[in-house]
Amino acid sequence: MSDEFVLKTEDLTKHYGGVHALEGANFELKKGEHVAIMGDNGAGKSTFVRQITGVEQRTRGKISLYGEEVEFGGPLDAREAGIETVFQTLALADDLDVPDNLFLGREMTYWNWLGPFRFLDYKGMRQATIDGLNKTAVKIPNIRNTIRNMSGGQRQCVAIARTATFHSRLTIMDEPTAALGVQETAQVENIVRQLKEQGEPLILVSHNMRQVFDLVDRIVVFRRGRICANLDIKSGDYTGEDVVSYITGAKTGEEYMEHAL
Amino acid sequence: MSDTSHGTGGLTYDKSKRTWPSEMNVFLALVIIVVIFEILGQVLPYMNDQSFLFDTRGRFDSIFNEARLKIIILQVAIIGIIALGVTQVIITAGIDLSSGPLVAATAMIAMSFGQTELVNGFPNPKALFGTWAMDLPVLIPVVIGISFGALIGAINGTFIAYFRIPPFIATLGMFLVCRGIALWWSSGNPISFPTEQYAAIGAGMMPVVWFLALAVIFHVIMRYTVYGKHTYAIGSNEEAARMSGINVKRHKIMVYMIASMLAAFAGVVLSSKASTAQAGMGEFYELFAIAMAVIGGISLTGGRGSIIGTVLGAMVIGVIRSGFTYIKLDGSYQLMAMGAIIIAAVILDQYRQRSKA
Repeated sequence: MSDEFVLKTEDLTKHYGGVHALEGANFELKKGEHVAIMGDNGAGKSTFVRQITGVEQRTRGKISLYGEEVEFGGPLDAREAGIETVFQTLALADDLDVPDNLFLGREMTYWNWLGPFRFLDYKGMRQATIDGLNKTAVKIPNIRNTIRNMSGGQRQCVAIARTATFHSRLTIMDEPTAALGVQETAQVENIVRQLKEQGEPLILVSHNMRQVFDLVDRIVVFRRGRICANLDIKSGDYTGEDVVSYITGAKTGEEYMEHAL
Repeated sequence: MSDTSHGTGGLTYDKSKRTWPSEMNVFLALVIIVVIFEILGQVLPYMNDQSFLFDTRGRFDSIFNEARLKIIILQVAIIGIIALGVTQVIITAGIDLSSGPLVAATAMIAMSFGQTELVNGFPNPKALFGTWAMDLPVLIPVVIGISFGALIGAINGTFIAYFRIPPFIATLGMFLVCRGIALWWSSGNPISFPTEQYAAIGAGMMPVVWFLALAVIFHVIMRYTVYGKHTYAIGSNEEAARMSGINVKRHKIMVYMIASMLAAFAGVVLSSKASTAQAGMGEFYELFAIAMAVIGGISLTGGRGSIIGTVLGAMVIGVIRSGFTYIKLDGSYQLMAMGAIIIAAVILDQYRQRSKA
C-alpha cells in the first residue's frame, strides 16, 4: 500500500536519558523525491539521520523502506538494505585510491576459493568506478590518486560516487558542502542534480538556504526534536524568510500546531 | 593543463600520472651506498685498490664479486623473513616486538623434534626427548614450529583486537614470555645434532631461497588479494574499514598470526643453518626486522609500505654490514651508522610526505 514511499517513519523517537532529542517524527519520502532537512543546531536533524541509518538504535517508532518495515542493527545493515549515507566525517581510507575506496569491503574478486587470499579484479573495479563517476558527472583527474592527495571537494565526490556505483535505493547526505569552497560546492550540487535527473531519492541535511531552494522539492523543518513544518517549495508559496521563521519558531505548520511550544 | 585540481580534468586512468613509487627512493639509496663503498675502496690508502662490487682478481666467472653478494644477502635473509611479517603488522598501524624471542623459542621447540638418534654411532649427547622424538620426518618439526608461531600470533592478535591492548605492550609482554619459553624448554641447554633433512632446510644458500620465495608470495598477496587490500585499509583508516564491513578484529588476528608464523619459520631456518638451537638466539632480530621495514619506506602510522620496500631495506642493511667489514671498520661503527641511517630514512620519508601534500 505504501509502495510509493521510499522511506516512511512513524512516531520515530529517540531519547538520550532524559533528553528528548527526537520526538514522534512522521516523515515520508516519495519515489524520486529530493527532500531537505533543515533546522537549528540541536533541532534533531542529525539524530533523525542516525536513527534511519542504523548508527544508533531508536527509542520507539517504526521505519519502513519501500513499504517494508526495517530493523537495522548497525550501519552495515542499512547499507545492505540500500541506504547509502555520506557522513560529514567521510569514511575513506586515505592511502587507497578511488576504486579501492569505492569497493572497500565489497571488492570484485576472482579465484574465490582462495578465501581471504582471493584475487582482486582491479580491471573490473576500475571500469565500474569510471561508470559510476560518469553517472554522477564527478570529475576526478586521476582515479589512481590516493585520497590523501585529493582536495576536500574531490574527497566528497568520491564519497558520493559510492552511492551511485552501488545503485542505492536511498541516498542521505549530511551537510555535504559544509567544509567546501565555492567551486567544490558547485561540483557537489551538480552531482545532486544528476541524481535528481536519474530519479534517485535523496535526503539532504543542509544549513544553506540558497542550496536547498536550488536543489530540492520539499523542506522538512525540525525544531526542538519535532518536525514543525513540511514545505513544498516547488509550489512557490514559500520564501527563504518563511523557512527561517519556521526554523526559529516564529511560525509552525498547521498540521503540527498541537505540539507547538 | 597542468592544474587539474577541480573539475577541469576528465576521467582518466593514466599510468604516466602514477606517482614515483617510494621504493625507487630506497633503491636509489641502496645504489648510492654501494657506490660510496666502491669509492672508499679505491680511495682509502690501506685498501690497495680493492673493489667492493666487482671481481677484480678473476676469482669468479662473472664480473661481480659473487662471494660478497652472496654473503650480503645471506646475512639478512633470516631476519628478512621476519621482516616480511613485521611489514604487514606495521601496515595495519601495529608493531610486533615478539619476533626475536619467538625465533629462539621456535628454534628450540622445532629442533627438539628434529634431532638425530645417533651421532657418529653414539647416542645424541644433546637429546632432549627419548628416542620417540628422534629421526622423525622433517615435516613434523617444521609443522610443530610453525604451529607454535601461529599460536603466539593468535594470542598477540586476540589481545590487540579484542582486549584493545596497544600492540607495543601486548607484543612486549610476548617478547618476555617467548624468551622465557626458550629458556624453559630445555632448561637452558642447547639442542644440537639435527637430522640430515632438518639440517638441509637452512644449508648453504637455502635461507636466501626461502626469503626470496616468501617475498614474492607475500608481495603478490599484499598487492593483489583482498587480504592485502584490507590490511592497507585498516592501517589507513580503521573506522572506515569497519564501516565498510571489514571484520577488523578477525583480520588483525590473521595478520599477527601470519607475522608470527613467518618468525617461527625463520627460527626453524636459523636453527637448521646453525645446526643448533640456543635460548639466546635471535637477539635484536625484532628490531632489525623493524629497521628493514622502516628503511624500506614503511610508515609506522600504518597504511603505507610494501614488501618490495622491505626487501630493499633488508638489502641496505646487508650492504652496510658487508661494507663496513670491507673497509675494515669495527662492528661498533656499523651499529652507529645503521642507527643514523634508520633515523635518516624516517626523516626523508616525512619530508617527502610533506612536500607531496
